[in-house]
Amino acid sequence: MDTNANKYTIIYASVMVVVVAVMLAIAATQLKPFQDANIMIEKKQNILKSVNIVSDVKQANDLFTNTIKELFIVNSKGERVEGDAFKVDLKVEQSKPVELRKLPVYIADMGDKGKIYIIPLRGTGLWGPIWGYIALSSDMNTIYGANFDHQGETPGLGAEINTEKFQKPFIGKTIFDKTGVFTSIIVAKIGEKTDPAHAVDGLSGGTITSKGLERMLYDDLSTYLEFFKTLKK
Amino acid sequence: MSEKELLFSKKNLNLLTVPLSIKNPITVLVLGICSALAVTAQLKPAIVMALSVTIVTAFANMIVSLIRNTIPNRIRIIVQLVVVAALVILVDQVLKAFVYDVSKQLSVFVGLIITNCILMGRLEAFALANKPWPSFLDGIGNGAGYGLILVTIGFFRELLGSGSLWGYKVIPDSWYIINGGWYSNNGMMILPPMALIVVGVIIWIQRIKNPELIED
Repeated sequence: MDTNANKYTIIYASVMVVVVAVMLAIAATQLKPFQDANIMIEKKQNILKSVNIVSDVKQANDLFTNTIKELFIVNSKGERVEGDAFKVDLKVEQSKPVELRKLPVYIADMGDKGKIYIIPLRGTGLWGPIWGYIALSSDMNTIYGANFDHQGETPGLGAEINTEKFQKPFIGKTIFDKTGVFTSIIVAKIGEKTDPAHAVDGLSGGTITSKGLERMLYDDLSTYLEFFKTLKK
Repeated sequence: MSEKELLFSKKNLNLLTVPLSIKNPITVLVLGICSALAVTAQLKPAIVMALSVTIVTAFANMIVSLIRNTIPNRIRIIVQLVVVAALVILVDQVLKAFVYDVSKQLSVFVGLIITNCILMGRLEAFALANKPWPSFLDGIGNGAGYGLILVTIGFFRELLGSGSLWGYKVIPDSWYIINGGWYSNNGMMILPPMALIVVGVIIWIQRIKNPELIED
């Protein structure tokens, strides 16, 4: 047979593509449950890291059940709503209007340090999504810990948001000023005038990621303001 | 394969061993340098990467060799790429399912196996002209040659850069300056440029031992 004929070439390419596609589709479906389990454990590890607990894959499940005592969903009015907080997909929620969003809250019991409230965050960096967890002390003002991660920020620049060096300065900052006005946290560029109580240093060369993270904190925390009020009463 | 030839005849064994030394893809052919620099800061990702590349090269070589007489010449490279890409996606999915942390560390480099020059090089130069079994061995040999260098670089970079091997501390804590000792990790070893220098040193040593590799 003439393997260089146009007809043969086209049929060959089509058949090959279909065979490969079917093969990969089967593999992807079969492996999905294992991959999902890994992602769940990673999520637990990330939540634990926001209250400064570092865990490995084996401990994560146990530590999570021992630390996170309560998890529930609230709406933007601060009222509790039904549902599994752990399974809430922030990407889906953020495409809805604020009033309809399910806002997950995790409460960690840190022994003598009391209840710590963990709020999940999701926003956009320079190249793709960034996300994280911010832990607030029971005054709903002081930051107890923070953990951020990203999908594809520039290594060495924006990608530094997942390092301890960037995350540690958040600890002890406050998100309300003295008069009780919500300020969130400013991720400051060099030379930017900010109140040190509500600001951390941004990343050199990673300004768009830094500012994206700042906007993520502001946007996501502001949907919880009513919920914070109910706790302060 | 002809029935007269043994599975592990001398010629076939050569296919396995030659890429480890005088035809090493990294140090002699200088292919696949990019990933060699990127994933060798620690031993574990280096070994996983080496295994992944070996598996992909071996099976891509074998599959392309099996279908070599049916491939239309005009879309030859595309067919090779499809075979390689499918195998790489499979490897990537398996890593994501069973060694998630390593897969995160290797991130984009697993996908980039597709563009690893060793693969296309072996497919074009060997698999298209040889039978499946020798092609398979050639793939294993070249993957192993690549892996050998990766593991060597990974060994030195992790040992000198982090003071550990496979994640376990090997340099006693008491040696470190912070603890009153005299030792400090070499932070440079973690950075990609040092990988290039280590490759350079390996090439240097290899050429001292094999004068036939020295060009005029």
